[in-house]
Amino acid sequence: MTRAPRRRHPFAGVAVLLVGLVATGTAFAAVNAGTSAQASGAVASQTQVEAGRQLYVEGCASCHGIAGEGTEEYPSLIGTGAAAVDFQMQTGKMPATSPGVQVIGKPRNYSDDEIAAIAAYVASLGAGPAIPTAAELDFAGADLSEGGTLFRTNCMQCHNFAGKGGALSDGAFAPSLMDVDSKIIWEAMLTGPQNMPIFSNETLPPESKQAILKWIDHLQNDKDPGGLALGSMGPVSEGVFVWIVGLGLVLAVTVWIGAKVR
Amino acid sequence: MSLTTKVGGATIDYVDKRTGILGPAKANFRKLFPDHWSFMLGEIVLYSFIVLLLTGTYLTFFFKPSMAEVVYNGSYVPLKGIEMSEAYASTLHISFDVRGGLLIRQIHHWAALFFVAAMIVHMFRVFFTGAFRRPRELNWVVGGIMLMIGLLEGFAGYSLPDDLLSGVGVRIVSGIVEAIPIVGTYLMFFIWGGEFPGTDFIPRLFIVHVLLFPAILLALVGVHLVLIFYLKHTQYPGRGRTEDNVVGYPLFPIYTAKAGGFFFIVFGLITLVSAVVTINPVWAYGPYVPDQVTADSQPDWYIGFLDGMLRAFPNWEWILFGHTWSWNVFIPGLVMPGILFTALALYPFFESWITGDKREHHILDRPRNAPVRTGIGVMAITFFGIATINGANDLLAVGFHLSINQITWFTRIGLFVAPPLAFVATHRLCIGLQRRDRDKLLHGRETGRILRLPHGEFIEVHEPITDTEKAVILSHPQRRPLPMPAKTDENGVRTPRYRWRWIQAKLSSFWYRDSVETPSAAEIEAAEEHMRHGIGSEHEHRGDFEISHHEIGESETVEALTSRSEED
Repeated sequence: MTRAPRRRHPFAGVAVLLVGLVATGTAFAAVNAGTSAQASGAVASQTQVEAGRQLYVEGCASCHGIAGEGTEEYPSLIGTGAAAVDFQMQTGKMPATSPGVQVIGKPRNYSDDEIAAIAAYVASLGAGPAIPTAAELDFAGADLSEGGTLFRTNCMQCHNFAGKGGALSDGAFAPSLMDVDSKIIWEAMLTGPQNMPIFSNETLPPESKQAILKWIDHLQNDKDPGGLALGSMGPVSEGVFVWIVGLGLVLAVTVWIGAKVR
Repeated sequence: MSLTTKVGGATIDYVDKRTGILGPAKANFRKLFPDHWSFMLGEIVLYSFIVLLLTGTYLTFFFKPSMAEVVYNGSYVPLKGIEMSEAYASTLHISFDVRGGLLIRQIHHWAALFFVAAMIVHMFRVFFTGAFRRPRELNWVVGGIMLMIGLLEGFAGYSLPDDLLSGVGVRIVSGIVEAIPIVGTYLMFFIWGGEFPGTDFIPRLFIVHVLLFPAILLALVGVHLVLIFYLKHTQYPGRGRTEDNVVGYPLFPIYTAKAGGFFFIVFGLITLVSAVVTINPVWAYGPYVPDQVTADSQPDWYIGFLDGMLRAFPNWEWILFGHTWSWNVFIPGLVMPGILFTALALYPFFESWITGDKREHHILDRPRNAPVRTGIGVMAITFFGIATINGANDLLAVGFHLSINQITWFTRIGLFVAPPLAFVATHRLCIGLQRRDRDKLLHGRETGRILRLPHGEFIEVHEPITDTEKAVILSHPQRRPLPMPAKTDENGVRTPRYRWRWIQAKLSSFWYRDSVETPSAAEIEAAEEHMRHGIGSEHEHRGDFEISHHEIGESETVEALTSRSEED
């Protein structure tokens, strides 16, 4: 069967690419606008607060009290602010499935709107850190090497030099930062979830937080200049590698040469 | 005659007329060395050492062992404008701005890991085959010193770049020095030239790393090799191999060619690993600042057991007579490694004291024939392994969702409980293998062929083992424990050093306990006669009961039911 010699116009590929790019760009702009609108929605409407209260009573009140006042075992949410709610619920840590050494993140089970509503309700209970705005999260102008210094001073004793996470006492751990969104990291710094200390905007100004975000972005995206990084876990993985792969190779050759003479 | 041969011959002639070296050289060129792959483990150590010397020299061209503060302005953007020591800045310079610098740095560091790992594997081979016995005890001691200096040299090396990780390591060592009772603080100020970290330590460590330790290592390598040459190499047991001969190939041309080729293979493999896998990414750790530390701060693997013991040790600290007695750091940091290395170096003398064996040995032991020694070796490996694992307790905790505190307790208990268990298990395994050897001599090898006899019985056919196998098994001479000393001699005079000799005899009987008797020549003769008469001439032993059956001749038909070859 013969095909028409020119079934496609020579510029068809380019056209498709253009359409794709425009579509992606538009979609991105739409989503981006949506995010900033939501983030800047600090002035929550009364209906949103009311919707949030409904969701709160259904999903959260059994532990945190009917009006966020807390119970004997679980903390009060008055004054924790919208940032804490957004962090805990976006990462799926809340609602917690089981109490343990540490509440573990999981796929979230509330929509963005629902989380925003609960955040608005909790924020209405008492003043607390707000969800960061897109402008706050824009780290493009931040100083990368200053971010490195701040990260090394404040973050890596728990999260490891490459942001891979590390151990804390009694089975608790500092999670990896590799797949974490800038907004979530910002909220974690502001609210200090679980074992993490609070880095308020007074102790760590927003410009410093932006520098740290820039450094974490570097850790997440830049390749290691030396080759395979072996999980960036320091000398332990290097030691395991030399015993299993390195010495394994050399010994295989040794046995081979030793067998050659016979 | 080709030009090369002519020129070569003329050169040799010229040198020989002036030095007379040809005679001794010829004799030594023909020196025989036994062949086995495990005899090349030491070569891996030597070759990685050569690689270390070559790459290390290149690195010294660019490394600046100075603590002077500079602002980094090299090509690695994430660290631009950061204040750091010249040592760290020059390491970054080597990594990012010197041609081939990063590769050479990675070769140097990987070669160091290979160096120590191969050294330890080589030591295992020497230990488990009893190659350290007379006359080679001193060479064992030399090897032990080289291992210790190798560890210190490695530590010095990875501490030089003054990156955050190495600074943390140096801080721990300064803490260990400070923990020495009474003089610790003084010593620490003396070594560091004042308060930690100061500016003197890196330049001092540099001289130790590039001059002092390599010079000692090089000298000891020389002694080690000369002793091997002079004492001759040991050989594995086998046909025609005795305590008085060496069965093998001449140094030239066989081993010179093999060794030369092997050097390039080792060099090539280290380079391959270094080109593909990063090691010690100093740029990722950042410069050392005393108030910073990273999760997963670990030493290189060979120091891991020390770190593991330090992490496991209880927090015992006294304040007595105006001094702080930091047992929590002093014992795991200095006392325990001191004891371990002393025990390692003195082991050959300890063993020959227990066994009373002062003879020369050139035939290697099979590990099963020295169950207590093999058990002690596995016990040491278990101890070392658990301590090393605890050195990585934080990584284990995260990786396996464990609690770091539970790992600490596992280590505290495991360090005492697991090694003896490993000893018992290894000892039993060795005895089991000895029994199998005896069984092979007396009953032959199990062939896996099942025969059905005419009257319906099934038996497995045994075949005599080969002469080589027999020679290997019989190479092990039967030895007896030292006799228990009498308390007094026949005149009622108390035996001198009775207690001491009693301990020695007790240990000796423990050493040989449960060892299986090698069958006598007559027993073997009888057994072979038995086997020659074919299967089942009298009785076949089957578990707890015996079955007697009729003799079958060659003409009789037998039915092979299954066939399964079993490789011993």
